[in-house]
Amino acid sequence: MKKTLLSAAIGAAVLGFASAASAATLDDVKAKGFVQCGVNTGLAGFAQPDSAGNWKGFDVDYCKAVAAAVFGDATKVKYTPTTAQSRFTALQSGEIDLLARNTTWTVNRDTALGFNFRYVNYYDGQGFMVPKSLNVKSALELSGAAVCVQSGTTTELNLADYFKANKLEYKPVVFEKLEEVNAAYQAGRCDVYTTDQSGLYSLRLSLSNPNDHVILPEIISKEPLAPAVRQGDDKWFDIVTWAGYALVQAEEFGITQANVDDIKKSSTNPDVRRFLGVEKDTKIGTDLGLTNDWAYNIIKGVGNYGEVFERNIGANTPLKIQRGLNALWTKGGLQYAPPVR
Amino acid sequence: MVDANASYVRREMLPAQPAPIATGNIAGWIRVNLLATPKDVVLTILALAVLAAVVPSALNWLFIQASWLGSDRSVCATVVQGGIQPDGWKGACWAFVKDRFVQFLFGRYPIDERWRPILVTIMFIVLLTPLLIPKMPRKGLNAVLLFIVFPIVAFFLLHGNAFGLDRVETPLWGGLMVTLILSFVGIAVSFPLGTLLALGRRSKMPVIKTLCVTFIEVIRGVPLITVLFMANVMLPLFLPTGWTIDNFLRALVAVALFASAYMAEVIRGGLQAIPKGQSEGADSLGLGYWQKMRLIILPQAIKLVIPGIVNTFIGLFKDTSLVSIIGMFDLLNIIRLNFTDTAWITPVTPITGLIFAGFIYWLFCFSMSRYSAFMERHLDTAHKR
Repeated sequence: MKKTLLSAAIGAAVLGFASAASAATLDDVKAKGFVQCGVNTGLAGFAQPDSAGNWKGFDVDYCKAVAAAVFGDATKVKYTPTTAQSRFTALQSGEIDLLARNTTWTVNRDTALGFNFRYVNYYDGQGFMVPKSLNVKSALELSGAAVCVQSGTTTELNLADYFKANKLEYKPVVFEKLEEVNAAYQAGRCDVYTTDQSGLYSLRLSLSNPNDHVILPEIISKEPLAPAVRQGDDKWFDIVTWAGYALVQAEEFGITQANVDDIKKSSTNPDVRRFLGVEKDTKIGTDLGLTNDWAYNIIKGVGNYGEVFERNIGANTPLKIQRGLNALWTKGGLQYAPPVR
Repeated sequence: MVDANASYVRREMLPAQPAPIATGNIAGWIRVNLLATPKDVVLTILALAVLAAVVPSALNWLFIQASWLGSDRSVCATVVQGGIQPDGWKGACWAFVKDRFVQFLFGRYPIDERWRPILVTIMFIVLLTPLLIPKMPRKGLNAVLLFIVFPIVAFFLLHGNAFGLDRVETPLWGGLMVTLILSFVGIAVSFPLGTLLALGRRSKMPVIKTLCVTFIEVIRGVPLITVLFMANVMLPLFLPTGWTIDNFLRALVAVALFASAYMAEVIRGGLQAIPKGQSEGADSLGLGYWQKMRLIILPQAIKLVIPGIVNTFIGLFKDTSLVSIIGMFDLLNIIRLNFTDTAWITPVTPITGLIFAGFIYWLFCFSMSRYSAFMERHLDTAHKR
């Protein structure tokens, strides 16, 4: 008897019961009671455990938004830290339900890898940083330069394409970990550092003299960072997508974590009332397979897009990233949510 | 009759010699060890010059300039970098290590449940210490407790999900705790398994011999990092949908099998050094195979290869940091993880963290090395040079 108990316990520990079939991720998620979310193993501002061991960050908040939409509770998430190489297998194999790991949406990943992307939570672009002492004003002057870059990323491929297209010579200095790339650049092992612009901001924090380095004006790639799900489960894909659009829509409506309760009670705008699920006969939430207060739960759980941005990577954080392309469409950015009705 | 006039016989007493230079005190020790010949004098001066150039600035960086207190990056960054230190400041950021110390020990293990790893550690120390002291009695019972009962109890304590304990999944485990678990399991499995493999490889039974040789050569022929990567990235694709094997368990199995293959070869080296006469003597006493091995051959063989065994253990201890490849956070990786934390990201954070990691690794490896030296002296019954 004791043996049976022991083997049962070990068996339960050894074999986690992940999604049984990709066709019904929502049912699986509801059955197990949490969203298994793939995040970065550590990227400043995007996914990072704090001193108590809780994951924090821009991508992490996205996971929380999805959990809030499904369960009405933003804490019902479990995180799987994934490396640049292991992230896709983790999603393909069903180990995670959702990949929110600053992953660039490309046609190859959308098709050949069998993922679906739709909502872009961060518009990034690849840039270059060089020491001021090099006296370089443009990336086109970088012929023959040694370039520090992280392996296994679109960054590495963009770099090759850019230099090839401009018929420039370069010497790649490749590392697997971002922090190794940083260390190499600081040690002067390469002349140029290239990564997504969001990464350049965090690198600047670790430089001994941030003012001695300049970011070149060229943006050599489009890097729409988007959460990914497995292809073939449209219902789950819709939820993950609309959780993101709800964040953006909330900012457009001016609904924040602090005022959402008031607005829910007092608003007379039918658009807002539909969004928050208080308008009579609204079916948006139930059509998604959720409850009608799904958007309210998201905002209550993590705030709107602007709040998430400012809290994790915005001007008041050490990263000091400007909204730029990630401003709302009404303010000249690209964050645009289709109508929620 | 002795020829008293022979040229080789001294006829008068030698004059008194000056008293021998004292070598017992410090001055004597310096004279003998540092200033014995002109060459020694030159080398000593050179070495002192190097020390004088390096040590003060290192001490200055490590302790005097270092930042000890604080709860975010500002105490370790200069004004230009957005902190409070004066420009040109350079020093270790111990405040970072202090702030994240508990995380370095337990990873993301839930705070309310951290008494469980602490209890496991206490049990481990209580069981290990008497086993390490040769004079303590009841070694057999002690070993059974440590290597059979303790792992089971530790598993239920750490993992929970039984006896009213909450479940703490392995992705939450981390830090020194993971490094020690991996090492303990690696060592506890590899030693007996390696011994069996070594015996199997020397066996005259073809099937067993082939199996052992194949296992050892295949495992030794592949880098650990490849095995871990396969286990993490490829294995899930082969498994039926919905079935996953715990990442931590994959790492444990990979590390244990790896260490076993290396251990087998170390022990085989010891077996080969035992003269055939020992085996024949045992045979003539009528001992069976297992009695012969247990009582005559293995005790001598293992004693011979203690340095090699400890070398493998130390290598294993450090190899555990490769589990970063499968997204696990052992001591080194949990420290590295914090380098990119916006709360602590500064130019000196990484170097401080790595020095701290190096110190912890050194502490463990050096202890193992010292203990093995002690064991060698203790077991040294013959062959001493």
